[in-house]
Amino acid sequence: MVFIWLLPATFAAIGTEACAAEEAANKAGNKITDSRKSGYDFMSASTQALQNDDSQNPAMLWVKDGEALWGREAGKDKKSCASCHGAAPKSMRGVAARYPAIEKKTRRPINLQQRINLCQKDHQHAAPFAPETQEMLRIESYVGMQSRGLAITPPRDARLAAFTQKGKVQFEQRMGQLDLSCADCHDNHAGKKLGGATIPEAHPTAYPLYRLEWQSLGSVERRLRNCMSGVRAEPYPYGAPEFVELELYLAARAAGMKLETPGVRP
Amino acid sequence: MGGSWSVAALFWLAVTASSMTAYAAGSPPEPIAELAPFVVTDGIIAEPLQGRIGDAVRGRAIVANRQLGLCLLCHSAPIPEERFQGNLSGNLAGIGSRASAGQLRMRLVDARQLNPSTIMPSYYRVNKLTRVTPAQQGRTIFSAQQIEDVVAYLLTLRDDRGALASDAIRRIRSPATENK
Ligand code: HEC
Ligand code: HEC
Repeated sequence: MVFIWLLPATFAAIGTEACAAEEAANKAGNKITDSRKSGYDFMSASTQALQNDDSQNPAMLWVKDGEALWGREAGKDKKSCASCHGAAPKSMRGVAARYPAIEKKTRRPINLQQRINLCQKDHQHAAPFAPETQEMLRIESYVGMQSRGLAITPPRDARLAAFTQKGKVQFEQRMGQLDLSCADCHDNHAGKKLGGATIPEAHPTAYPLYRLEWQSLGSVERRLRNCMSGVRAEPYPYGAPEFVELELYLAARAAGMKLETPGVRP
Repeated sequence: MGGSWSVAALFWLAVTASSMTAYAAGSPPEPIAELAPFVVTDGIIAEPLQGRIGDAVRGRAIVANRQLGLCLLCHSAPIPEERFQGNLSGNLAGIGSRASAGQLRMRLVDARQLNPSTIMPSYYRVNKLTRVTPAQQGRTIFSAQQIEDVVAYLLTLRDDRGALASDAIRRIRSPATENK
């Protein structure tokens, strides 16, 4: 799965040597052959087949339920998501591809689940779905699916840079009793076998997704918590600012790659 | 699809299930109040930790156990009953012919002293770690005894006919102990 991409400004801002080289190439007007691989590319043909076919993809059960939630009235004003946003295929197209993004009031980055919660609180006056609950995963996957096939596009927002940079520092920081960093595995050993699992490049291309190992849908934060406990580090709570920063960096690192939501992984 | 399920189930993340089964192959690492002192000379720890005597049979069980030894996540080893061995690093077959007890002990205790950027975890170090999960805080990955058991096992892997070497395991004392 090789395609051509142009380097977005946010990613260049991260400023690794490789980035600088690529940026220079961009300025020279060259397109770069993209060698990045989605986790999909590392999967067996049978698992890929599950993701390819909506009628077999278990994640579609969550999406279907999410569609019902989109139209469900809640809160004292009896408003649904649809009351404000209308038809999701139109209004939600591209939204998941650009999160995390800066929230206006706090001027801090929030992820898609947190955006959904803000709508529930501020606009719907309803009780927010707690992170990683079935209801949250349903609505998130329904919104996420509206960006399927679109390129991951971090907002060109200068306020994000500092947070994205913090995410990069975390990605390269060794942690836990095993003292390994995300980069140790995903930058330096991707494609190798860690026991029975192939180490992917850690691109958040398909979340929320159905993992055969979980036998459930899960968010990218669930994945990050798994990787952290794998190295015997204390995972952050769902929605922690550190997670949002890591997600920002992952999005910048994967900018231009296509969203597959809702994906399937082993 | 059945294949990918079982692969996933065997995956390294099982280390998080820090249940007692994780310690089936050895005694649970004792909470370390203080590490046993050891001396590093030229990249070698010549003396067995706490003067303990390694047991190669226990050592093999530790290496074979993904939750405890973790070795097979990254290495392969002549342990044919364990499927899905990793390839982040080399095969341990024949390592006993290539490395001495002192070199192996150093490699296990704190490989980062040899190569700061190695991904091989330090099995007997508690300092300079960040955000260790509370259950493991202040604990080494291996106890001193487990280090010696694994050293004893690795020394039995005498040549590249790995399976034969592992069949030939018997209780041996590590040479460093015998030389004392
Ligand atoms: C010791 C190796 C290791 C470390 C360290 C590690 N991971 Fe992973 N990671 C994996 C493996 C293996 C998988 C794939 C699991 C599978 O497919 O069964 C994975 C999967 C992922 C994925 C999912 C990719 C996809 O296609 O869905 C993301 C995202 C990710 N890791 C991010 C991180 C981040 C961020 C960190 C640091 C906080 C980290 N990982 C630390 C080994 C590691
Ligand atoms: C997370 C990955 C990882 C784990 C887990 C791991 N190793 Fe290693 N090991 C490596 C790497 C990579 C090297 C290569 C040299 C280096 O990077 O320093 C290595 C090197 C070695 C060497 C030296 C090999 C030689 O030919 O010189 C020995 C011996 C060894 N490991 C034994 C073990 C044992 C025994 C265990 C488990 C108790 C283990 N390793 C666990 C990654 C790992």
